[in-house]
Amino acid sequence: MASTTNLREKIKSKRKALQESLTRTRDDIDTQALVNSEMGTNKESQQTAVKEIADNEEEQVENLKRTLKAQRQRRKKPLLEDATDMPTEELVEDLSTVVRGKRTLPPISLSSPRTSYAEFSMRERMREKLKAARSKAESVLQQETSSESLRRLKNLRDAETVTRFDTELDDDEFRRSRDNVSPLSSRVKFRDIVNRLKQKPQTQTGFPTAEEAYNFFTFNFDPEPPEEKPKKKRRSRQDQEEGEEEEAQEEEEEEEEEETAVSGEQEGEAEKDEDAPLVKDQDEDLFIIDQTAQDFLEYKAAECEDYNSRLLKEKEVLFTPSILTVPASHKVPENKQPRFLEDEGLYVGERPEVSLTNQNILENRLLRQEEGKRWFGDDGRIMALPDPIKESSTRPPVFSLEEDVDPALETVYRKAVKSKYTNRYIVGAGDPQGDFQLDIDVSGLIFIHHPLFSREHVLAAKLAQMYDQYLTRQQKNLTSLLTDKLHALRNAIRNITEQHDGQILNPVMQHRIAEYKCEIRHTRKLRDAEQEKDRTLLKGIVKIWKEIKALRDFQRFTNTPLKLCLRREAVDRRADERLFESEIQAEIHELSEEFEEEYQKQLSEYKAKYAEWKAWKKKQKAKRKKKKKQRAEEEDEDGQEKESDEELGEEPPKPDPPGELDVAALEQQVREKANLSRRKPGESNLIAELTSAGNVTPNELCPRGEIMRREDTLKRSIYTKVLYNNKEVSRTASRTLNSDFRVHFGQIFNLKIVNWPESVKLQVFEMVGSSTTMLAEVYVPLPDTTVLTGNAPSEELEFSSNQRVMFDHEGVGSDVPFSFEADGSNKLILLTSGKLSCSVSWAVGENGAPLVPPMSQQTGGIQSAIKQLDAIACIGTSGVSDMKKLAKWAAESRLDPNDPSNAALMQLLTIATSGEVQIPDFFRLEQLQEEFNFASEEELQRSKRFRLLELRSQEVAEFRNYKRVPALDREISEKVFQEYEKRLREREIIDTSDHLDAHRALVAKYLQKVRESVINRFLIAKHHYLLSDLVVEEEVPSIGVLGISLFKLAEPKRPLKPRRKERKKVTAQNLSDGDIKLLINVIRAYDIPIRKPNTSKPSVASRSARSFTEAFAAGQPSQSPTQSSDWPLNQVLIRPFVEVTFQRTVRQTTTADGPNPNWNEELELPFRAPNGDYSTASLQSVKEEVFINVFDEVVYDVIEDDRERGSGIHTRVERHWLGAVRIPFTTIYFQSRIDGTFKINTPPVLLGYSKERSLAGEGGYDAVRCLSEGSYITLFITIEPQLVPGETVREKFDTQEDEKLLQAADKFQKEAALKFPGRQCLTTVIDISGKTVFITRYVKSLNPPQELLDASPNNSQEASELVARFVSLIPSLPDSVSFAGICDLWSTCDQFLDLLAGDEEEHAVLLCNYFLAMGKKAWLIIGNAIPEGPTAYILTYEQSQYVIWNPSSGQFYSQYDTFCPLQSVGCLVNADNVWFNIQQYDTPMRMSFDISKAKFWKPFFSRSFSHPGLSSIQPEELVYCRTDKAAAAELQDRIEKILKEKIMEWRPRHPTRWNRYCTSTLRQFLPKLELNQGKDVGDDHRMELQSLLGDYRISGFPIHMPFSEIRPVIEAVYSTGVHNIEVSNVEFALAVHVQPYPNNVLSVWVYVASLIRNR
Amino acid sequence: MTANPSVFLLMVNGQIESANFPEFDDLYCKYCFVYGHDWAPTSGLEEGISQITSKSRDTQQNFVWNFPIDISFKSTNPFGWPQIVVSVYGPDVFGNDVVRGYGAVHIPFTPGRHKRTIPMFVPESSSVLQKFTSWFMGRRPEFTDPKVVAQGEGREVTRVRSQGFITLSFNVVTKDMKNLGYDTTTADLQNPSVSTVTDASYRT
Repeated sequence: MASTTNLREKIKSKRKALQESLTRTRDDIDTQALVNSEMGTNKESQQTAVKEIADNEEEQVENLKRTLKAQRQRRKKPLLEDATDMPTEELVEDLSTVVRGKRTLPPISLSSPRTSYAEFSMRERMREKLKAARSKAESVLQQETSSESLRRLKNLRDAETVTRFDTELDDDEFRRSRDNVSPLSSRVKFRDIVNRLKQKPQTQTGFPTAEEAYNFFTFNFDPEPPEEKPKKKRRSRQDQEEGEEEEAQEEEEEEEEEETAVSGEQEGEAEKDEDAPLVKDQDEDLFIIDQTAQDFLEYKAAECEDYNSRLLKEKEVLFTPSILTVPASHKVPENKQPRFLEDEGLYVGERPEVSLTNQNILENRLLRQEEGKRWFGDDGRIMALPDPIKESSTRPPVFSLEEDVDPALETVYRKAVKSKYTNRYIVGAGDPQGDFQLDIDVSGLIFIHHPLFSREHVLAAKLAQMYDQYLTRQQKNLTSLLTDKLHALRNAIRNITEQHDGQILNPVMQHRIAEYKCEIRHTRKLRDAEQEKDRTLLKGIVKIWKEIKALRDFQRFTNTPLKLCLRREAVDRRADERLFESEIQAEIHELSEEFEEEYQKQLSEYKAKYAEWKAWKKKQKAKRKKKKKQRAEEEDEDGQEKESDEELGEEPPKPDPPGELDVAALEQQVREKANLSRRKPGESNLIAELTSAGNVTPNELCPRGEIMRREDTLKRSIYTKVLYNNKEVSRTASRTLNSDFRVHFGQIFNLKIVNWPESVKLQVFEMVGSSTTMLAEVYVPLPDTTVLTGNAPSEELEFSSNQRVMFDHEGVGSDVPFSFEADGSNKLILLTSGKLSCSVSWAVGENGAPLVPPMSQQTGGIQSAIKQLDAIACIGTSGVSDMKKLAKWAAESRLDPNDPSNAALMQLLTIATSGEVQIPDFFRLEQLQEEFNFASEEELQRSKRFRLLELRSQEVAEFRNYKRVPALDREISEKVFQEYEKRLREREIIDTSDHLDAHRALVAKYLQKVRESVINRFLIAKHHYLLSDLVVEEEVPSIGVLGISLFKLAEPKRPLKPRRKERKKVTAQNLSDGDIKLLINVIRAYDIPIRKPNTSKPSVASRSARSFTEAFAAGQPSQSPTQSSDWPLNQVLIRPFVEVTFQRTVRQTTTADGPNPNWNEELELPFRAPNGDYSTASLQSVKEEVFINVFDEVVYDVIEDDRERGSGIHTRVERHWLGAVRIPFTTIYFQSRIDGTFKINTPPVLLGYSKERSLAGEGGYDAVRCLSEGSYITLFITIEPQLVPGETVREKFDTQEDEKLLQAADKFQKEAALKFPGRQCLTTVIDISGKTVFITRYVKSLNPPQELLDASPNNSQEASELVARFVSLIPSLPDSVSFAGICDLWSTCDQFLDLLAGDEEEHAVLLCNYFLAMGKKAWLIIGNAIPEGPTAYILTYEQSQYVIWNPSSGQFYSQYDTFCPLQSVGCLVNADNVWFNIQQYDTPMRMSFDISKAKFWKPFFSRSFSHPGLSSIQPEELVYCRTDKAAAAELQDRIEKILKEKIMEWRPRHPTRWNRYCTSTLRQFLPKLELNQGKDVGDDHRMELQSLLGDYRISGFPIHMPFSEIRPVIEAVYSTGVHNIEVSNVEFALAVHVQPYPNNVLSVWVYVASLIRNR
Repeated sequence: MTANPSVFLLMVNGQIESANFPEFDDLYCKYCFVYGHDWAPTSGLEEGISQITSKSRDTQQNFVWNFPIDISFKSTNPFGWPQIVVSVYGPDVFGNDVVRGYGAVHIPFTPGRHKRTIPMFVPESSSVLQKFTSWFMGRRPEFTDPKVVAQGEGREVTRVRSQGFITLSFNVVTKDMKNLGYDTTTADLQNPSVSTVTDASYRT
């Protein structure tokens, strides 16, 4: 760097030098500069793209001028001084730049020749001048620039403190110089940019466009401003750049570039090198400018790094781990081999599964880190804990309580099978040294035949087999052995004979010689046989080999590498011959000797025989002679002979003399034999050698069939399973089948055995692709205890399989005939067979001891085997507590210390052995339990608080929701437990006090027990949650739902006939007292009884002989309105109002007028759940009922004195009970709303009222209404907010029904539900023991009590009514109350009669069965009724019409009865079948009950699924006990007494007087009512009463109910409100009648009346 | 049997401070308490619904409710120690109000100031189709009762998804705990409030 002073001086001198020439060149240069600068500004303002520049030039110039003018004005002052210098500077700069450009960049050759002449000449001139100037200033400049720039740099950096004036003396000059220089460089720079941008077009054209050129020469520029403005601009820029030297440098380079473009003519000037420093220096020197705020601004194009360089940079910063596997050497410390603990036999847990890629990435990443290697274990893998995931899920299976468990997922019960061998443990297996091991070595197998054998293979196998035989024979070498033996024997004989040469042999010797000879004979025979065998074998081998060769020739390929070589062993022919000859001679000799011997023997025998024969002959002759003498000549000789023969049958045959020895023949024989079996003398000794050196023809040369066979062969692989005691213990690796059909396994299995070996079996499997077939099973003989691993010979076990295999290729198959002959004759059938070589032996322990179990104790005890595995079993429980023993055991049993299953024990042992921790003298599995025992068991037992908490958590009924268990024991009173304990105590004791009746008490107890057991089950089931219990989730809408919701959009917003909308349901959990209200909308009532004038006469209507037809005859009320004449007299018929009582809350409506009142009022009653527990279960068990009572408001004038009538009104309001409707809360709860018209339970007799109706003038409406007697009330009841009723338990009950039947039932029900979701379909029900039972089993004809039938023997109508009444007298107890929210339990009729309680189903079943017994056609109707909800009714078919019976009330209705409570019919059931209603309507009135019509009723059992003959579960016969009349009478008294007490109790402020006379009258009357079954018989009775109690105004009525307990009776009496009369002179009458029916069914009548004395 | 059975008292006040629910906006929360049979609230509100809050515009995007809780319990038994159950709701893309999270935490045992951050979760739809329809209909699966999240029973049948976090602060005062033998303070506690505050700040 040159100094700044140098630079300054240089500039000065340059300026001077150039000033002279300025006049000439000025214009040209100026314009040139101007053009350039224009373009620069143009660019700077970034108005247009480069190409457009020429076009807009003028305009831009104008713009530029304007903008720059403003700038100039701002800086005018400093610039003024330099104004004169400006042109010069311009020039200098221009020249220098031109020169510089030439220096650095190569000329653009294209453009140079085209440069205009003017330019050229001008440049020439300038060049000359420049040369001169440069030579002068050269040296000086360098120094100046560098020093100057340095100084200035400094100034700029700390502009505040140090100014250039500190160093600069000549301020003026400095400023000048600075001002002079700066524009130059700045302009250069400016132009740089412009030119850079212009470069493209310029290089393309080479010189300015026509327009440019024109402008260049013609435009008359205003010289000053354009020159100034770039200067200023540049200066400002320069200022900034000055600070950043680097940038300045860069721009210098840019300058250079630019020059090439601007001037196209710089070629050929090489001397410019010296210029470089100059320009640079100048540049930097020029940076000194005065600074304005704007000067620091810099405009720059956005920097953008190209992609590759960015990648490079990123590479430095970012690291992408490779996914390639890291070589193990990187991961272990240097000079170390990875060490695999597992291979060393140490326990390493299963590593968690990580994909290899991820593992590699992690490893690569770790290795990058420092110390990364410590993440790697010895084995070169990332250290990992054992896989924490358990193999089996610990989460209990989700109990699917739904019916539809996928049958594939259902668990199948399999009976446990005890293994035959399980108890055959070996004694002593538990001893530490006594682990027994069996080594099974499966070395390999060879196929003798395989389906894939080609013909050649077959032959080869045969050959190989024969060769094997040959080899073994060779090895044994029996022939030579026998030959040697023969020689030895012969020698022995020779020796003996030699020793005793000539001497007489002693018998011993003789005997020995004989023995030897015998031996020789035997041996020779053997040898001959062997020799023959050898020879035939050899011949056979050769023959087969020839066949193979022929086959190979024929098929033109070779399949087997077998090759047979016959080696000739040269023999010394002569010696051989001699040997042969001697052998033969010896043999001949021996044979002849033998023969001789034989001959001698035979000869002697012959002689003896002959002698014998002769003797015989002689005797014969003598005889004959005698005979001849005796008999004459008539008999010829033959006959004589015959005769003689006959006589002497034992004539010995004449012995043949033994043949002489034919030596020649003998020799011949011997030689023949020798020829046959022995090698001929001189014939070379043939030794066969089978090698597999031959070449197998390669595949490509084979025909197609063969190729296929070979390919098929390659596809197969063989493996062997090892079965120990019929259990697979291991298997070999599978090996592919080679072309030689030999498989080598070479695996040894070490079986550590606990069981005594029964069998060891190897199974050979062949695998083709994925299918596996078992070829054969080979039983391996169990080794002797002496057979140990070292010395066990390998056995070859043959196996074969009779599997038939055929191929369409060259393979011969198995069990398939094939032939080698061309004509197919001589067929062969071969089976797959082979040899498996293996050995089984006992292992030898480390110390050489065989690991053989002792033979003696094969069936030992079980314990020792477990000992090995279990410490407690091994050393006993006492041993466990002994630490030393335990440690010893652990050491001896060689526990793997790393096995997690031993972890606890090992930990204990390390503690025990380290001795640091005090060893406890006991060993417990839960070591820390003691620490948590805060109190002893007894203390806990004694603690009342603990007991309370325990009972609460067990959800014992009394304590289920017990709030705030006191904190301290002493705060708990004994009373808390009293009730509970009492209950516990009473479980056994039957308390009759509550029940007034021993039987009922018993039943109640029983019921209680059933209830408890069911509730316990329920409690368990309650804790099984389903998703729907916890999460509210929208169902996926089906098309139908979507359609409906779309349809709803079109619905009118305010329909003309509004309907009750479904409200939002609330789960009864976060509710509290007062949240729930019962809404009862009392709409209207019909046919309320009307008051009766006292004077009216009774109307006696005969109700007796009324038939069903009559009963239902429309428009024919049984009671004709006889009193219609009195009608107009009754001014006020009645003023009824309704009072609703629920949970002792009473609400009442206003009073309406007339017998058909219309209230339309809503009553609101609060609801309190028991114990404030609003859970579903608790709500379900609410037993309270809603009483809806209808009263008549009667106003009496109480003014006693007529005189007072004028002055005041004194009346008394009395209310008279007319009837009631009772609806259990549970019904409301389950149905969520009850809407309908109900029959008011009116008493049979209402004193002072009568059911009068007027037919006249009221037309059809009344006619319909009058179809049935009784009063009706229309109600709408609901709960606010609507509660979600508890669901029945989703528990699948056990069953004894057939699975198929159940499935069919399930299907039937599902289909029904799908088609008619609202209709009930019942096929299976649950009996009292909680088992699922098919419904038809309940229906069976059963005998009703005989008394009932006897009561009206002639009238079946009456009888059936009586039976219905009997059934209805059995108290009704809804299941939902007894078994809170569980489900319907159906008890059989005998159970029902025993319990004397049940709900509609039981009633219905009993009634149905009775009707069946009475010969009626009867069905169970399963349907909906009000107010019960889902219920069961009875349908009978009588006199060509259907009658519907309500079993709980005993009433019956016609099918077309409007007021029939049965609202819908779901299905019909009888003993044979179930029919589901598939009609359009389900109201009884609109449907057909003809079950034979298939389009109306869908039967369960049809032709496709016939009735399987389900037997009934009902008893054969019902046995009724006669009712104890005395007990009934006693009960009657007790009830009366209790009720009287109660009434007095309810009237605490008034005295209660009892009118005895009236009571007795009423009491007499009650039996009559019972007799008439509660039907209205009242009139005569009323008359009677009236006559008796004429001066009393009497109001009262009988209440009738089936008897179950006393409490409902009291409730019923209370609800009538008779006791509410508060007149002072009121008297009461109360009569009770209990009518006993068979089997303890009791009908209770209570007659209450209030009497007020009339004045 | 004394007239006044001995009880101990637990007074809690504090606030549901803020929540962090990425992706959602305009949330409000409900809280309620779940406690055992032996507990009874003596004063204060057992349930409450907060205002709707929008997420902050800063990068943290917190929902700040600062919704006060103030309740006192009396109890005879620490079993069933009260838990606060918070459920957060907000509109989905169609403007339906859907649940955004359930969470529960025990009231701190030790007296002093505590801060708790609890993770929030919602039940998952049982199938993809249901997920879609529930999203489309704007009726996401919800717990039948938010109190479910404070109990363990039946949870095995549900699957949930994590949604966010909510931060609560409690000031806990107990009375008579020691009298009944329940010592919940640490032994070396000289200055309970300070140490628990620092504890809490470390914890969160």
